[in-house]
Amino acid sequence: MVEFFTNFFSYDFLNRALLVGILVSLCAALLGVSLVLKRYSMIGDGLSHVSFGVLSIAVAMNWAPLPVSIPVVMAAAFLLLRLSENSKIKGDAAIALISSSSLAIGVIVTSLTSGMNADVFNYMFGSILAVSQSDVWISVTLSVIVLILYVVLYNKIFAITFDENFAKATGTKAGLYNMILAFLTAITIVIGMRLMGALLISSLIIFPALTAMRVCKGFKGVIITSSVVAVTCFFVGLVFSFLFSTPAGATVVVVNLMALLLFTIAGTLIRSKHTR
Amino acid sequence: MNLITCRDLCISYNGYLAVDHVSFSLDAGDYLCVVGENGSGKSTLAKGLLRLVKPQSGSITFSGMKRTEIGYLPQQTVVQKDFPATVFEVVLSGCLNSRGLRPFYSKKEKKSAMAQLRLLNMEELCKKSYRDLSGGQQQRVLLARALCATKRLLLLDEPVTGLDPVITSELYSLVKQLNQEQNITVIMVSHDIASAVNYADKILHMDREARFFGSTQDYMTTELYHHMIGGCGHG
Repeated sequence: MVEFFTNFFSYDFLNRALLVGILVSLCAALLGVSLVLKRYSMIGDGLSHVSFGVLSIAVAMNWAPLPVSIPVVMAAAFLLLRLSENSKIKGDAAIALISSSSLAIGVIVTSLTSGMNADVFNYMFGSILAVSQSDVWISVTLSVIVLILYVVLYNKIFAITFDENFAKATGTKAGLYNMILAFLTAITIVIGMRLMGALLISSLIIFPALTAMRVCKGFKGVIITSSVVAVTCFFVGLVFSFLFSTPAGATVVVVNLMALLLFTIAGTLIRSKHTR
Repeated sequence: MNLITCRDLCISYNGYLAVDHVSFSLDAGDYLCVVGENGSGKSTLAKGLLRLVKPQSGSITFSGMKRTEIGYLPQQTVVQKDFPATVFEVVLSGCLNSRGLRPFYSKKEKKSAMAQLRLLNMEELCKKSYRDLSGGQQQRVLLARALCATKRLLLLDEPVTGLDPVITSELYSLVKQLNQEQNITVIMVSHDIASAVNYADKILHMDREARFFGSTQDYMTTELYHHMIGGCGHG
């Protein structure tokens, strides 16, 4: 056991992946609670696809991937939020349009420049080798900013999640905080995408929140449980992927799925005990 | 002095004119009931007053009152029915508007939230999950939250929907008490015409345009009132 972990921690790339992954899981879990409750889960999914498109263009053009994609994905977040708030256009259909278009553009750009090879596969499903030393610094800084902003704005985020109209009517700038929420999500997704992959990153947002909601009664409880679940699942997932040589992103998702099933059973048991 | 003045207010909702040239004014301490049939623009007017929807034309003026002094009891949304939050968390969120940019709640706000819960006899529910409550209990939690936010004006949008008769009359007398003892201005959107004339001192009868605005005594002599009573007589 000890030997295994000494071995595990002796790889630099694994340590980097672990650090970035845990921070991203934490941010995603916190933001995810609001996104899931506000029925914004699709925005996370849409943003990851946009992020894929931008990233492939950035790599093809030889631009630094993170600094280029973050502003573009933030702009996309702004757009998606507007679309889903506007009742005249069907928000979910618009999001589906944007995400599949950027996925298509990304695939074309990548196949024209470097060919449909391991790169595309890595973007889609993630790679723990993708996290470079400079990425680590950007990722750590940004995640810490996301975490601090989340804690400071916690009460406001609760208010706009529970009842946006009430918050707005009583003088809280709900639009502004929605926007902040979308921006923080955009940052989290861009950072986590290379690790988890465009198709799998949204699971970090959705799974821990849903898992925590199976058993917790209060909002604070959900937030704390979902953070703990997210970090634990990421760690366990990474260890399993190392042990069995499975793709890291996919393994993390499967571990998250297990946790969700476990918590669902626990939640049902607790409730049936109460009603009895 | 007038607290709220509406002049020639027009608001459209989903592309059609729901509120058509409505004018009225309220003084501090007034208790107004907005009555009318379904789709008569009552709720849209309420949303307009709260600036949740933009008026097409006309004006709403608050004099000497900030938006952060308004309490609001909205109709429940589907999202909330299954929301994981404790009763206390929900009620406390009503204090948010008085915090401004300061991020965390102080002891004072926590006390005020508890006091509102006590007022509504819900103290023992404070650690319960909002989603495990009955519809009537949820409504009372939202009322407690509205009371936390209320400094000058309380706006209630069909507050008694889904409440049983006992809780309904409790809610009415509580609102009346707030109105009289703390001089809080009340605007209530309601279907319940009998209680409206019983408690309110001003009535606004909406049918896209304002068909009547004035004191309750005057309203009870109108054709409109008798029509409404006749219409509701079966229920």
